[in-house]
Amino acid sequence: MNLKLFVWRQSGPNAKGKLEQYEAKNVSPDQSFLEMLDDVNEDLIKKGQDPIAFDHDCREGICGMCSQVINGVPHGGMERTTVCQLHMRVFKDGDAVYIEPWRATAFPIVKDLVVDRSGLDRIMEAGGYTSCHTGGVADGNALLIGKKDADNAMDAAECIGCGGCVAACPNSSAMLFTSAKVSQLAYLPQGKVEAAARVRAMTEAALNDGFGNCTNHYECQAACPKGINVRFISKLNREYIKSLAGC
Amino acid sequence: MILDGKCPTGPIETSWDRHRFDMKLVNPSNKRKFKILVVGTGLAGGAAAASLGELGYNVVAFCYQDSARRAHSIAAQGGINAAKNYPNDGDSIFRLFYDTIKGGDFRAREADVWRLAQVSNNIIDQCVAQGVPFARDYAGYLDNRSFGGAQVSRTFYARGQTGQQLLLGAYSALCRQVKAKTVQMMARREMLDLVCVDGEAKGITVRNLNTGEIESHWGDAVILATGGYVNVFYLSTNAMGCSVTAAWKAAKKGAYFANPCYTQIHPTCIPQHGEHQSKLTLMSESLRNDGRCWVPKRKEDCEKPAHTIPEEDRDYYLERKYPSFGNLAPRDIASRAAKEQCDDERGVGPGKRGVYLDYAAAIARVGEHTIKERYGNLFEMYEKITDENAYKQPMRIYPAPHYSMGGLWVDYNCMSNIPGLFVLGEANFSVHGANRLGASALMQGLADGYFVIPYTVANYLARITPGKIKEDHPEFKKSAEGVKGEINKLLSINGKKTPSEMHRELGKIMWENVGMARSKESLTTALKQIPALREEFWKNIKVTGSGAEFNQQLENAGRLADFLEFAEILAKDALVREESCGGHFRVEHQTEDGEAMRDDQNFCYAAAWEFKGAGKEPELHKEPLKFENVHLAVRSYK
Repeated sequence: MNLKLFVWRQSGPNAKGKLEQYEAKNVSPDQSFLEMLDDVNEDLIKKGQDPIAFDHDCREGICGMCSQVINGVPHGGMERTTVCQLHMRVFKDGDAVYIEPWRATAFPIVKDLVVDRSGLDRIMEAGGYTSCHTGGVADGNALLIGKKDADNAMDAAECIGCGGCVAACPNSSAMLFTSAKVSQLAYLPQGKVEAAARVRAMTEAALNDGFGNCTNHYECQAACPKGINVRFISKLNREYIKSLAGC
Repeated sequence: MILDGKCPTGPIETSWDRHRFDMKLVNPSNKRKFKILVVGTGLAGGAAAASLGELGYNVVAFCYQDSARRAHSIAAQGGINAAKNYPNDGDSIFRLFYDTIKGGDFRAREADVWRLAQVSNNIIDQCVAQGVPFARDYAGYLDNRSFGGAQVSRTFYARGQTGQQLLLGAYSALCRQVKAKTVQMMARREMLDLVCVDGEAKGITVRNLNTGEIESHWGDAVILATGGYVNVFYLSTNAMGCSVTAAWKAAKKGAYFANPCYTQIHPTCIPQHGEHQSKLTLMSESLRNDGRCWVPKRKEDCEKPAHTIPEEDRDYYLERKYPSFGNLAPRDIASRAAKEQCDDERGVGPGKRGVYLDYAAAIARVGEHTIKERYGNLFEMYEKITDENAYKQPMRIYPAPHYSMGGLWVDYNCMSNIPGLFVLGEANFSVHGANRLGASALMQGLADGYFVIPYTVANYLARITPGKIKEDHPEFKKSAEGVKGEINKLLSINGKKTPSEMHRELGKIMWENVGMARSKESLTTALKQIPALREEFWKNIKVTGSGAEFNQQLENAGRLADFLEFAEILAKDALVREESCGGHFRVEHQTEDGEAMRDDQNFCYAAAWEFKGAGKEPELHKEPLKFENVHLAVRSYK
C-alpha cells in the first residue's frame, strides 16, 4: 500500500517546526509503523535529505522510548499498543497519516519527533522508591503479601514511563504516571511506611516541572499502551488525603 | 600469555566469604573523595551505581537512552533464578552452581559461578524490599516456575515482565541516590573512548547525543555495564541501540575480549516475516513450560493447516530426543533441534523456517483461563505481530540471536586486565560459559551490581590516590580529538550506502557463516567477507547531517564501524575453537546423532583476545579452566 505522511519537522529545541509531506510507498501490512518510517528515512538519506528523527529502542513495546502522536492519538489509538507494536495492517492504501511528537510544555522538543521527558525522571527522584539499603533486608517471604494486593501492585507497576498519558491529557497532567508508582508502592507493605511522604513529594515534583492538574478526562487511560487504569488516580487521591490527615 | 583469573583457592563453599574478608576496604570518610563512572544503567549498571552511591562514593552514571529506566534489561520476560528452595523440590546453592556450570557446557569459572549462586538469594530479598511485585500465591508467598536446563522450580517472576520490574527496582534505587546527590545521571550520552593514563583506566570520552558535544569525564574507576553484542547479526532480539561500541572502545585500548564466539541463539522467537524487518521479537522461554514443540513428520504435510495434521503425524522432536528434559531442554540444544527440523525441510510457515509451539494440550489440561493468566501478555504480543491467535492455532517460532556469553575478560573481582576498568553483567564473560541458562542473565546483572562490585571496587580504590588524574590531563584532550576525528571521517565519506543497508549486509554474513552451525569453510568465508565489507564501509558509507546536532544516522554508523572490527574477532575465535560447546557449534565436531562434542583436552580454557588494530592479527591469551567441584562430563539432557 501507499500512504501520504504529514510529519512534524523541527530542527532543534528553539527552531520553528512545521508539518512536511512525504510518501510512504510499497508498505507491507506485516511491517511495523517504525519499519515503515525506517523505509521513508532510507529514501530521504539517499536523496541527501535529513531523515526524520524519532525515539525508539526495544521495538517490542516495553522500553517506553517510542513516542509519536499518530492521527491525533498518542501511540496511534490501538488498544494497549505502543507505536513500535502498531502494525501497518491497520492502515489502508491511500490513507493520510499525521505524525507529531508528544505535545506538552513539560516535554520540550529535542528534534522532530524526539522530546525531553526528563521531567518524569524528576518525579521518580522525588520519592518513587522505598528507602531500603543494598543488603540488610528481610527474607522475601518474611512479609506475606495477599494475592489481591500483589496483583494490584503489579497492575500499577506495568507503566513503561513513555509519557503517552501526558501527551493525551488536555492539561498535560502526569497524574496517571505518578499514580501508578504511588499506588504500586502503597499496595505493598514494603512501600506503606513512606507512603505519605512519597505521595506529597511526587505530586509536588510534577507540579514544579510544569505538568498540569488532573480534571478527570480519562484520555490518559485510553492512550496508555499498558492499560494503566485511572482507578490508580483515585488511589493516589486517597493516599494524598490520608497524608494530609497525618495517617 | 597465560591469564590468571585470581580466583580464591580452597573449599568453594567459603571462597567468596574468605575473599570478602581478604579484600581491602575504603573507610567511610574517604569514600566521598573517589569518583566512579558507571556506563550503562541496566540491571548491572543501575544496581552498581545505586549501591556505590549509597556507600558514599561520587558516582556519575551514563546511558544512551533518554532515561536510565529504558536499558534493555527491561525486555527480559520470564524470570530470575535463585536457590531459595521455597518449593522444597531439592534445590540448593550447590545445585544452582552445578546447573549453571553444566548448562554453560563447562566453559565458565567455578568460583565466579559459585558466588553467583550464593548471592542469588540476596537478590530476591533485595528486590522484594524495593517493592518489585513478584508473583505470589493465594497465601501470600512468592511463587516459582520452571525454566530450561533445570529440574527444579527456582525461577521468580513478575508476569511476563520480570526484567522490567527488576530494572524499575534498580532504577528506583538509582533515583533515590540521584536525589541524595551521590549519583549524577547523564542520559543520552554514548561512550566513545576509554581514557587510560599509565595503563590504568582514568576516565571516558562521551558524545552528548542531544547536542553532539564531545565531553570528557574523569573517574578513579570506570565500570562498564554496557550489555551484549548480538546486534552484530543485525536481526536479533536486542534493542536497536544495543552495540559493542563501549566494550570495543575499551578493547581498542588494550582490554582483552574473551570468548566472543559464545553467542546465544534463543529458540523461541517470532520467525522473520520479510526483508524490511528491523528486529526479531523474543517469546519468553517460560512458554516452554506448557507449550509443546513439533513439526510434521512428513515434508508434504508442512503446508497444511496445523489442526488438520493428526497426532500420529506430528514429530514432537524435543520430547523424542530428550525425554527427561523434553520441551525444557537448554536453549542451545532447543535452537539447534529447531534448525535441524527445518534443514530437514519439515519447517512450517513462510519460507519454512519455523516450528510449532502448541498449547492445545495445556489448554485441554488446565483451561484457557489459566494459560491466559500465565502467558496472556505474550499471546497478545504474538497476535499483534503475526495477526494469529495462539489460543486457537499453534504459535510459530524460530531461533534468533539473543545474548552474548562472551564479553570483556575480567578476573574474579570483575576487573579487566586494565587496572581500574571493571566490567559487569552481559558485557563481561564470566559466569555463563558457552551457554546461558534461562533466567540467569537477570541474576548475574543484579549479582554483579548489588553484591559483587561494591566489595571488589574498594579493593582497587584502596591502593590509589583519589582524583589524581582529572580532565586537564593531556590524555583527555587526545582522546576527545581522536573521537572528533573519527566523527568527521564518517561524515566526510558521503558514499552511497546507508548504515542500515551495510549493517544488514554484515548481519547476513554473520548469520549465514557464524550463526547456529559453523564450519571451517563458513568461518573462512566470513573472515574474507568481513574485512572487504569494512573496507567498503570506509569508502561508501553515507551519513547525513552534522556532528554538532542530534544525529541518529551518525550514531548508527559509529556503532556499525565498531561491529565491523569486532565481527572479525568473533569469527576468528570461532575458527580457532575446534570443538563444539554450548552456543558454539562446529559441524566438524559432533557425535553421530548430531550432539555437540567438546574437546576438554585442548580447549578447556577461556580465550581472551588482544586487539592489535583493524586488519592485524589479534593475539590470543588463554586462561585455563579448572574443575575441582564439578566433574567434566558430557552434557546430557536425555
